[in-house]
Order: sequence, then structure tokens, then C-alpha cells
Amino acid sequence: MSPARVDVRKTYKLYIDGAFPRSESGRSYAVWSTPVGRANPRFLANAAMGSRKDARDAVVAARGAVKGWAGATAYNRGQVLYRVAEVMESRRAQLVEDVRLSEGLAPSRAEAVVSAAIDRWVWYAGWTDKLAQVLGGLNPVAGPYFDISAPEPTGIVAVLAPQRSSLLGLVSVVAPVIATGNTAVVLASQERPLPAITLAEALATSDVPAGVVNVVTGLTGEVAPWLAGHRDVNAIDLTGAADAEGVDWGELERAAAENLKRVLRPAGTGSDAVEPDWTAEPGLSRMTTFLETKTVWHPKGR
Amino acid sequence: MSTTDAAVDVTARAGDLLGVSRLTNATLTGWLHGLPGVDQVGCEARAASLGTRSIKTTAKQWAIDAAISMIDLTTLEGADTPGKVRSLAAKALVPDPSDPATPRPAAVCVYGDMAAIARQALGDSGIHVAAVATAFPSGRASRRVKLADTTDAVAAGADEIDMVIDRGAFLSGRYLEVFEEIAEVKQACGDAHLKVIMETGELVTYDNVRRASWLSMLAGADFIKTSTGKIQPAATLPVTLIMLEAVRDWRELTAAIVGVKPAGGIRTSKDALKYLVTVNEVAGEEWLTPERFRFGASSLLNDLLLQRQKLRTGAYSGADYVTID
Repeated sequence: MSPARVDVRKTYKLYIDGAFPRSESGRSYAVWSTPVGRANPRFLANAAMGSRKDARDAVVAARGAVKGWAGATAYNRGQVLYRVAEVMESRRAQLVEDVRLSEGLAPSRAEAVVSAAIDRWVWYAGWTDKLAQVLGGLNPVAGPYFDISAPEPTGIVAVLAPQRSSLLGLVSVVAPVIATGNTAVVLASQERPLPAITLAEALATSDVPAGVVNVVTGLTGEVAPWLAGHRDVNAIDLTGAADAEGVDWGELERAAAENLKRVLRPAGTGSDAVEPDWTAEPGLSRMTTFLETKTVWHPKGR
Repeated sequence: MSTTDAAVDVTARAGDLLGVSRLTNATLTGWLHGLPGVDQVGCEARAASLGTRSIKTTAKQWAIDAAISMIDLTTLEGADTPGKVRSLAAKALVPDPSDPATPRPAAVCVYGDMAAIARQALGDSGIHVAAVATAFPSGRASRRVKLADTTDAVAAGADEIDMVIDRGAFLSGRYLEVFEEIAEVKQACGDAHLKVIMETGELVTYDNVRRASWLSMLAGADFIKTSTGKIQPAATLPVTLIMLEAVRDWRELTAAIVGVKPAGGIRTSKDALKYLVTVNEVAGEEWLTPERFRFGASSLLNDLLLQRQKLRTGAYSGADYVTID
């Protein structure tokens, strides 16, 4: 009889600048789940507990990636994002398992969530080279000029990923940010970080350049204020402040005002902030929030 | 005292130290090769362990300000223009417009032909003008040209001269030639301070770094400097450690004070802090002043300013809040 095989367990780490480092703080925290049909939570894994310095490193990586990603053609960005969807599809089984355990869903429900997440990614991938036509164009002006407006990415967007919807919600906040040419520092759901790491593995093995998406797992209330106050972050998506432990999103918005960040508030008001319904048609607002409009005047003669 | 007397003094002092009546290449070689060898593994391990010290809060605040005040803000490009030198001087005068309490760097370091422009831009601010001379960075020119290069720069207003040694002569064992050249350039400097660049990246071994340090000090260097910044590797912590040991031991021997300047490749505040720790632990606290320790750097200043802003405001800063250079 062959001896029992020793388990090979996965170490869940951060995703910064295309690599998977441990937290510089050396900390980790236990992730629990309550699968369907079980009364008590069960231990799932240890995730890295990212610190403010990990967030800072992620911002440095994101800044380094801005030029290449924003400078890539919209068509190329679309291809790269579609490739991510392909890789997610090939990792479907792992994603389904992660979502099932993290969110405590029945297997069939988890399958549906993963399908929706991949479809959402493809939907945003398709928008990359169409957005400029929809949002930009020729402006009528009272003079002999061509006056053209075009949307441009704002730069680095800090994303507080939704706390509950660990994959569909995550994809719905990350894909719109990078589709338009921004780079992202994503603070994953505190209680349900595993799908974010699996998504990071899909990103790392597709053609997304290092630093375009960086994922930090950890305590939202600890790291979010540092991202909100960071002077080199150009915008912040506060969606994940809803239902997050120890997070006052009003304070985050105040800190973000220090360098005039663009802020996407969570749905609902005040302490009643809620997560939106991720199954609904997303619309363009998550993309348009993180865009700047560049207008060019060009003399046309008579 | 005329400058010729000064050169005689250096040679006479060297003779005294070596215990010979006449300085020859053979006696110099004997003396330099009699220096204890460097334990490469031990030296690198010590440098690495000094680099692990954690410097926080008020100590970090002090260290960042000290590091800024020790910078020789440098531009040494073929494409340098008067405008670029003026903007560098302006940055030296006001490193961080958002905080007037920011200390100024020690000097602006330029090529000799830009020294006059730097001098004019810096006026009587107290910031020194350092000029590289002696056919920087290769040092491949005749003695006459090197001396003319030096006197030109001094005449143009440089009060610090960064010379390069003749590495070809050093590596082929012609130590006396190197000695004489440094002594003559020192003469040509007049009142200007002389920094001797050894280009440690081309000296190959740590033993050679130690020998070149002692040879430079023997010949009258006011500072010994690692590198031109044009050769990789440039400044490293172990090399700087060896040089700091040399200036410490030189003071024991002669009571004279010589400074140290690592240059090239020091870009982050973290690196700068490691150097300051090493200075403190090897040469001692007295070396933690711009008169005795300098950084040859350009982008380092911006990183120090970002760290300074972080400590002041409590929020991480970014490249939008310092100059592009």
C-alpha cells in the first residue's frame, strides 16, 4: 500500500507588479467560509494581510505601468482583455470552487456567477475601442476650428472591491477601470479574498502588462485610508466601503479631496451604503467616472 | 606659502610616513602592498548587516535632512546646456517650494565649462560649485591638459574639483605617476577642495580600492570619491565601507581629516540611509556632516523630498510634487 500523500497547499499571496510577493509585514490572516448545508464556518486558507507599504509598492508599480497601458492602442487593450476572459474560462473550475466556498453558494449558482463574470469581462473588453466614438467627437464651435474631444484615462485608480460579490462584483469594478487605459490598485474583499487572487493568476498568465492590475488582500479599514490619502493616486472607487468593517467612506472621500481625486461613491447613502445588484446591465458610468476629456482646437481655414 | 611649496610638503610628508628620504615607485609599491588585504566576504557581510538597520520617525527625519544637505546635485551629460545647469542651480536653491524649511544640497556638480554658469546662478548662497576635471570621466589626456582643465574650472568659479585618477597607471603599478598627478592637480586647485575619483568599478578588487584610497590621501586629497557614475558598478556599500575605514585610519596616522563621497547609482532614500548608518558605524559620528561626507547624485534628491513630504503630511507623495529633471 502506498503511503498517504502529503497535501500541497497553496500560499495565497499579493499580486504586485506582475509578481506574487508575501506582504512586506509578514502578516497573514485566516479566511473562513460557510458552505451550503454547513452550520459552522470552516477554515479555508491563510491570505496575506497586506500593509500600507504593500499598497505603496502597488501604487509605484501602477504608476510605472500607466505609460505603456494608456499608450497602447484601444484595439490592443481590447485584445489583451479578451485574452483575460479566455484564461478565466480555462480556469473556470478553480473559479467556481473559489466562489462556491467564498460566498457559500450551491455549485450550480457558483457556475452561473462565474459565467456572468467572464461575460462581464468580455463586455468591457469590447468597449475599449468604441468608447471614444460614443463619448468623444466633433464639437460645434463659433470659429474656423475643428474642435475635437476625446476621453483619456485619468491614471491610477484605487479600487475598493465589493465585500460580498467576490468575483462578479470584483470583475465589474476592475474591468471598467483598466479597459479605458487606467491602471488599478485593487483592495480585495476582506472576508472573501480568494477569487481575487485566482483572478490575479489569470491576469498574470494572460497578456496584461505587469503593474496594470495590482491586488492587495487584507483589512479594508487599515489599508483604504492610505490609498485615499495617497497623492500619486488619481481616483478612488469606494464601492467596497459598503459593509466593510471599520470603514467610514465619508472620511475616505475627505482624504481623497486632498489631491482632487475622482471619487466613485458607494451606492446608497451614509452608513446605509449598499452593494449594487451586480447582475444588472452595468452601463458606462464605471468607465466614464475615471476618464478625463481632452479637447483639441485645430484651425481649419476658410 | 606658494603652491610649489605645498607640493613639496605633500611629497615630504609622504616620505616621512614611508620612512624614506626619496619617494620612488618601489617604496610606494612596497607601502601600498603592505596594507592589510580586505576580507571580501567579511566586508560584504558587514555592509549587508549595516544595511538592515531600521531607521524610523525622528531619526529618519534627521537622516533625510542630513542626506539632502550632503548631496552634490549633479548633471554630467554631453547634452548639458546653460539652461539645464541654471535649472539645476534653481533646484539646489529651493529644493521643495512647498516647504521652505527644506535644507539645501551642499554643492552643484557640473563639467568645467559650466562652472561659471553654475557660479553665477548660485551667487553667494553658500552652495558650492563642484567641477569635474582632468579629462573626466576617462582621465585619458596629457598631464598638461589635465592641469589646464583644473585651472580653467577654478578660474571659472569652481570651489571644489572632482578629478579622476589615471586608472591605467594605477592598474599597471605606476603608483608614483598617480601620486604625482594628484599632487600637481591639488596644487592647481589652489584654495579649491580636491575630490579624487578612484573609479572603483574599474579597480576590480577591494584591495585595490584600499590602496587607491591610501594613495589618494597620501597625495593630498580632501575627499576620496568612488566613481564617475559612467561605469557600472558605481558606488556600492562595501566599497564605501572600505573607504570609510581608510579615512578613519588615516586620521589615526596623520590627524588629517579626509572626506568620502560615494557617487553613482544611489537613487533611493533607503539606500542613502544605509550609507549614513555605515558612515556612523565605521568612520564615526564626526563624519556625518557635508564637510566630510557627500552623495554624488541627481535623482536621489527627489526621492528624499518625497519621503520628507510623506513625513510632513502623513500621506504618501508622488512624482507630481517634485520637479522633473
